[in-house]
Amino acid sequence: MLLEMLQSLPQVLIDGLALGAVYAVVALGYTMVYGILQLINFAHGEIFMTGAFIGTTFFILLMGMGWVSSVPQIFVLILVLIVTACLTGLLGMGIERVAYRPLRNAPRLIPLITAIGISFILQDVIRFIAELSSGNYIVTGPSLFTDQMTISFSSLSSIFNDASFKTSFLIVLVTAFILMISLDYFINRTKWGTAMRAVALDRETASLMSINVNKTISITFFIGSALGGATGVLFAVQYGTIDPFIGFILGMKAFIAAVLGGIGNIRGAMLGGILLGLLEMFASANLTLLTGGIFGAEYKDVFAFSILILVLIFKPEGLLGKPTAEKV
Amino acid sequence: MSILEVTNITKKFGGLTANQDVTMNIEKGSITAVIGPNGAGKTTFFNMITGVYQPTSGDIRLEGKSLLGLKPDEVAKRGISRTFQNIRLFGEMSVIENVLVGMHTGLKTNLLGIFLNLPTTKKEELLAEKEAYRLLEHFDLAPFLNEKACNLSYGAQRKLEIARALATKPKLILLDEPAAGMNPAETRELTAIIKNMGQEFNVSVLLIEHDMKLVMEISEHIVVLDHGEKIAEGNPEEIRTNPKVIEAYLGSGAVQTV
Repeated sequence: MLLEMLQSLPQVLIDGLALGAVYAVVALGYTMVYGILQLINFAHGEIFMTGAFIGTTFFILLMGMGWVSSVPQIFVLILVLIVTACLTGLLGMGIERVAYRPLRNAPRLIPLITAIGISFILQDVIRFIAELSSGNYIVTGPSLFTDQMTISFSSLSSIFNDASFKTSFLIVLVTAFILMISLDYFINRTKWGTAMRAVALDRETASLMSINVNKTISITFFIGSALGGATGVLFAVQYGTIDPFIGFILGMKAFIAAVLGGIGNIRGAMLGGILLGLLEMFASANLTLLTGGIFGAEYKDVFAFSILILVLIFKPEGLLGKPTAEKV
Repeated sequence: MSILEVTNITKKFGGLTANQDVTMNIEKGSITAVIGPNGAGKTTFFNMITGVYQPTSGDIRLEGKSLLGLKPDEVAKRGISRTFQNIRLFGEMSVIENVLVGMHTGLKTNLLGIFLNLPTTKKEELLAEKEAYRLLEHFDLAPFLNEKACNLSYGAQRKLEIARALATKPKLILLDEPAAGMNPAETRELTAIIKNMGQEFNVSVLLIEHDMKLVMEISEHIVVLDHGEKIAEGNPEEIRTNPKVIEAYLGSGAVQTV
């Protein structure tokens, strides 16, 4: 049994990394907003989904123009990523301005309910638009980066099988890592990143130190949503077919990844996302094997979440979170 | 010339009057102290000057321009900075980052510059770090620059709060009980720091303090609040002998025996 698990390991790692990178970047949006407002922004999964739709629309439009086919696909992707990130960033900022800011001083439950409301609105608006323009809310984008690649792990050691993937896997992975590293730099090394951390730690003191709190929160939403939207594009490129409901379950999982890593902690969200992706892919490849055929790959979520529950029982603050001891 | 003019400000919280018709002037470059028993409305007074509360009536002018209706960050940008009665540093941030937060407004970098990683942006942030370091050196905090603020000793945290407030390049700095909880040696060091602040940082000082030795030693002008009202003002000698002040602190019986 162990041997079979080892054989599939390279493929599990590759698929898990791609999925985990997507979770990780979406988890960043949850964790940033939670850090600064203590709000679980449930609409974030829908921002991701909106990004996937905007991106796919641009791909379809651009691919319809003849001259675009002579441009390398990677440039088209970069263009679409930037435009989509800007649009979803503005969308996230707008949502904060309209739906969350008026409730800034309301009890915590109120903006949470609003967030769930926004999430339903976005789902239905996108479904409506998609159905209106193409007659079906399930949309398949043009296939990009479909060249198959194989890494010959078997030449490394005969225990392993070869792993194969589409070029899009590399695109997803590299882009996601670039996004994560830039965000980490932004948060830790720049003026506005420092302002964001200051507002997260103590909003009132930050404002007395001349930091414009509203602007800082707007920027947080812009960046979180831009990352979410860009990841939506990556998701669409990697998996091809999208529908207005992909944001819900993926958003849930990204949120859980954020909690797993320690909510409010940027690096924790990245780690949690990657871990969750790997666990899920490991389960989907090996569950049948592990349980002697009782549970199939479709129980991968159960497996991943059981692990999550175990982690949280023993480390409730998350993997990289700090335990907060109340001072008496 | 006065830097701050406060005219007849009143603050009511429902039926409770925290400040009633308080009027005062702060001369440019001077050190002014606000004293009074606990609950006299001193901190409310500070909160109105910094924009945390809006006065119910009255006017506050910094260099002739009204501060009414401004949010705390806008007041801070006009040139008023403060420290807190209970230390409110960004505990999870490093010492130098706390000072960098104070320098936020001073930095001209915009978001576009940050995203494009422009050389001018990088240069400016480097300059800011150098300036923050100089400020820390001035307060003997440079050895701790990468330490988390919450790990500093109490006295060092108080000094870091002052350094952070000065990093905003204020015209007027408000110190809310800077010596609270300090031992005599630390208080002596603090006294010297406040005394020299006006010249070294070109700033006027307004402080709330209960340590009368410190207040009498450094203030040029003292305002006494009791039950939200100004009951006396003058130089240290006048305040020391003012019967109203003695009464506020010790009760009416004390005046007769003195």
